[in-house]
Amino acid sequence: MKTTTSLSALCLAISTGVGAPAFASSHSGAELSMLTDNSPNSVSVANALVTAYEERNPNVTISIEVRPGGSEGDNIVRTRLATGSMTDIFFYNSGSLLQALNPSRTMVDLSEEPFMDRVSPSFQTVVTQGDGVYGIPFEAGMGGGIFYNRALYDELGLEVPLTWGEFMANNAVIKEQTDVAPVIGTFADTWTSQLFFLADFYNVLQQDPEFAEQFTQGNRKFAESDAALTSFSRIQEVHEAGYFNEDYESAGYEDGLRMLANGEGAHYPMLTFAVTAMLDNFGEKVEDIGFFAQPGGSANANGLTVWMPGALYISQTSDHVEEAKDFMAFVASTEGCEVIVDTIGASGPFLVETCGLPDTVPQPVADMLVYFQDSDRNAPALEFLSPVKGPSLEQIMVEIGSGFREAQSGAELYDRDVSRQARQLGLSGW
Amino acid sequence: MNRLKPDVLKRKAKSVSMQSYYPMWFFLPAGVIYGLMFLVPTFASFYFSMTHWTLFDQRFIGLDNYREFFNEPFLLKGLINTFLFGFTTAAGKVTLGMALAVLLTSNIYFRGLLRSLVFFPVLVSTIGIGITFSMLMDPNTGLINQALELIGLHGPRWLINPDLAIFSVALVEIWRGVGLATLIMIAGLAAIPTDFYEAARLDGASARQQFWRITLPLSRPAIATVTTLSLIDGLRTFDLVWAMTRGGPGFSSDVLASVIYKQYQAGFYGLSTAGNVILFVVIAAVALPIVAYLNREER
Repeated sequence: MKTTTSLSALCLAISTGVGAPAFASSHSGAELSMLTDNSPNSVSVANALVTAYEERNPNVTISIEVRPGGSEGDNIVRTRLATGSMTDIFFYNSGSLLQALNPSRTMVDLSEEPFMDRVSPSFQTVVTQGDGVYGIPFEAGMGGGIFYNRALYDELGLEVPLTWGEFMANNAVIKEQTDVAPVIGTFADTWTSQLFFLADFYNVLQQDPEFAEQFTQGNRKFAESDAALTSFSRIQEVHEAGYFNEDYESAGYEDGLRMLANGEGAHYPMLTFAVTAMLDNFGEKVEDIGFFAQPGGSANANGLTVWMPGALYISQTSDHVEEAKDFMAFVASTEGCEVIVDTIGASGPFLVETCGLPDTVPQPVADMLVYFQDSDRNAPALEFLSPVKGPSLEQIMVEIGSGFREAQSGAELYDRDVSRQARQLGLSGW
Repeated sequence: MNRLKPDVLKRKAKSVSMQSYYPMWFFLPAGVIYGLMFLVPTFASFYFSMTHWTLFDQRFIGLDNYREFFNEPFLLKGLINTFLFGFTTAAGKVTLGMALAVLLTSNIYFRGLLRSLVFFPVLVSTIGIGITFSMLMDPNTGLINQALELIGLHGPRWLINPDLAIFSVALVEIWRGVGLATLIMIAGLAAIPTDFYEAARLDGASARQQFWRITLPLSRPAIATVTTLSLIDGLRTFDLVWAMTRGGPGFSSDVLASVIYKQYQAGFYGLSTAGNVILFVVIAAVALPIVAYLNREER
């Protein structure tokens, strides 16, 4: 603790020493830096926002740095924050991953800023630690559920399933009557294996509304909760029924999108941000693709598990906090969201309240928006209700989905993984 | 006693002359760099391995991290795989390296070309090799299984079968490292005086007898070197495993180094450091006796 503090103090001293002349001339121009991840969406949104902002503020330049995504990116962000070498503005996940960054010690609190009034309260909760609010939404909200081939559904006369039983029955029909793989699995990109589990959380909450709080306090175990254990067994059922595509163990995310767009696979459990990539690569074919929430046990309680987008944050070591805040105000404005929609299209509801969506949106997005019209039909994913998320979930899901581990044993393993994370965060009750 | 004296004197004189050759403070810059970049982090890591560490805060927790490492099934799996990988690749490199060295020191056509070809993989980046082989080993579209199909064989699911994955990676590691092993072995074989072979031939020894009675015993230093180097390389391997499987499918091909890296990625810095200390101890425990044995033999 001592070393880190003195180190960051040192860095601060060095950077202010060097930065002082630059700041003095900031009337004529300030140079900001911004770190984003390397997903095509983030890079193009970052570029578009920066270009638009620079046009309006010719005396400010913002240089963009790109980092890898996933856990490699987590490393970079954590290390740069801890060593005081973070860019002025940076993009990172909201929710549980943010909590591990210790925002109150590394980021600038935005709760008093006027532009925060425009950011929807539901988003603010996922970028809050203690009394501080630290981020603004960088993209639109997302849903986690199942993409499906509408053309195939029409051809076979299938209905959008409202229960898991109906979903499996549809799969049976597809397997029997066509050569199409009923469910697309893409385990080469291990993160994609988590969807059947994560997107089931709306259904868990229907059976156990207090799951998230109890879980955070260490009172709920996945292996001991019927509702949560069911989430683990979904992928096992699909595997045991033989519904995955033949190469599900070696196919990757890009393969999955291709199979879905070309009709080689009927269902793909995925987050709706995939719509943007599909529009880029397959254009018109997206209109044949639909989306539904992962069905649970009861048709009466059918709803969507919602993901919050990542956020932009300001580093405490920045020399240009005021300029950075001005850029944030621009991103969290109607103009900002228009730039985003123009760049990557409308992929979901915006979390800046003055922002609307265009009249026509791609078919899967339209299907998703239905769930947002009724607040009872959507609920946040667990990682936005609890700071605890175990890092080994994707490996465990691959094991269950490939048939070399049972759901029960996977849940027990994940419980241990989760408790390690909770202890690392210093939560009580673990 | 008397015979020893000049020897001792000579050694003393030598060390005195070495001391006086440069003043002590000449060693200071190197010493400071070595201390700051190597000694301090090494000893700091022993301390941090006994803490709960978030990069921002740390709390001393004694040996809990080590307890966690040995209790967790998939962390332990990494330890087992590390030994499997280390010993398989070392055995593979020694036997194959020896066979290739014997072949490449005999009178065959294209000897120079073949030597270069065997050595070539050593020059290629490990990550490049890993990515290439993970494509070649793809069960459906990979070239290896397609080639096997041509001769009527159904190839295994190299990197996807959890029981096979670590051995598939080991196979690639052997391919990658056998060039260096062969090179050392060739040097070892070249050091064997040809008189032995001539004498053996006069006595009517067969080629097989010559190999078992002359080549093998006399190239023992080379074999020991290759064994040590391959074992250490195998035990601390990371890049190839990460490029090919990332420890997967599931945890089935995790080795110590990839487990450590994943704990670091997850932000479990204390646990990850404890893993590093374990890796250090494991490698030291395996390497030190071999090195000691090797040195004794050479004296």
